[in-house]
Amino acid sequence: MIRIENLVKSFGAKRAVNGVSFSVERGEVLGFLGPNGSGKTTTMRVVTGFYPPTSGRVTVGGHDVVEDPLAAKRLIGYLPESAAAYPDMTVLGFLRFAADVRGLSGEAKKKAVARVIERCFLSSVLHQSIDTLSKGYKHRACLAQALIHDPEVLVLDEPTDGLDPNQKHEVRNLIRELGKTKAIVFSTHILEEVDAACTRAIIIDRGRIVAQGTPDELGRPLDEVFRRITLPDTVQS
Amino acid sequence: MKMVWILARRELGGYFTSPVAYVFLVIFLLLAGFFTFTAGAFFERGEASLAPFFGWHAWLYLVLVPAVGMRLWAEERRAGTIELLLTLPLTPWQAIIGKFLASWIFLAVALALTFPVAVTVNVLGDPDNGAIAAGYFGSFLLAGAYLAVSCMTSAMTRNQVVAFILAVVACLFLILAGFNPVTDLLVRWASPAVVDTVAAFSVITHFDGLQKGVIDTRDLFFFLSVMGFALFATNVILRNR
Repeated sequence: MIRIENLVKSFGAKRAVNGVSFSVERGEVLGFLGPNGSGKTTTMRVVTGFYPPTSGRVTVGGHDVVEDPLAAKRLIGYLPESAAAYPDMTVLGFLRFAADVRGLSGEAKKKAVARVIERCFLSSVLHQSIDTLSKGYKHRACLAQALIHDPEVLVLDEPTDGLDPNQKHEVRNLIRELGKTKAIVFSTHILEEVDAACTRAIIIDRGRIVAQGTPDELGRPLDEVFRRITLPDTVQS
Repeated sequence: MKMVWILARRELGGYFTSPVAYVFLVIFLLLAGFFTFTAGAFFERGEASLAPFFGWHAWLYLVLVPAVGMRLWAEERRAGTIELLLTLPLTPWQAIIGKFLASWIFLAVALALTFPVAVTVNVLGDPDNGAIAAGYFGSFLLAGAYLAVSCMTSAMTRNQVVAFILAVVACLFLILAGFNPVTDLLVRWASPAVVDTVAAFSVITHFDGLQKGVIDTRDLFFFLSVMGFALFATNVILRNR
């Protein structure tokens, strides 16, 4: 569903992503690992069409994100890193807006909104405005927005960031369950999540893929593998 | 078009769920009243026209329209919602037009709420209501031109204050180019053709005709091209963010 070939993204002289290639098929949950500033978020922003790539090719469901951005964006549900949502809207208003933008109306819209409210445990805060929500709820409201159109592709940038342990557990289960029928990429720097939710993982450092495989193939214990691969580079730079 | 309307509706909702809309409406109406009746000497003139009302609009809008437009993109950038907005299945143009339209509709509501002025002048005398309608139309276009400029400066920064100041300065240029003290200054050393060219860039020159009741296509073209240019620039700025 997601295919990335030789992606390069530069900001001025700085290369944030330098020749990354990978693909994710339906039924896969790809964990995207790496230290801070390694290019995870940038890669996801190119996939979702927020940044244009400097070079290389990204397709989602066969649609090139540069040539046919609307078709690609329709297939994607995206949870941005900041889990941004319009602070002046209520949770319900925000979800209805998301449903409208995704072209849902009438009964389908009602059902979709009810479904994500249940999925993301939002029923107790429906009429609260988003800026009054705690971080965990805000995060889930934004996740609900990403799920509203039952997308085939999910791009989740640090979906468990800022959640309490119970919420983390719920979100991981949700990802694993959704991953049976969708193509999911999610970034994290919490290594236990790889075991908990991923079918495959990629470790990226300074814009390059430095390791990939199933959690078992990467080796155990994961955090030692991660440090061995990424630390020397980071220290040198 | 449907997408534009969905976005515009959300944006309008944003105005009315926050105190911004009400504060703006009250201040706009108070100032409009003050300028018309006190500073504009509405009663002392002894003529049934809204010239003292419309005459101040270019200055009144100078501060108030950037206050409405400054949040359009700066707030999206600050809150990070721009990432959400621009990854939804819509084109940047739909987002730009949707936001612009929402604020323009809001300004139209504010302008419509000045109707007691038009009622007053009709009760007191026998004004040319065609000219008043043209004046309202011109005032609406004037607000749209300032708003498009504010939209552009708002896209440049995540800081609303910076967006506001840049918009005020840009709009001030649009006024001053045709402001009498400035044109008088120019006349001293520039040829009349130069003075006319500079003055042609001013909203005052183009608004003047409209508020007198003359709907000239050149004036319409001027306002529409200011809006078109500023919104086009907004698109370029957003693309290179």
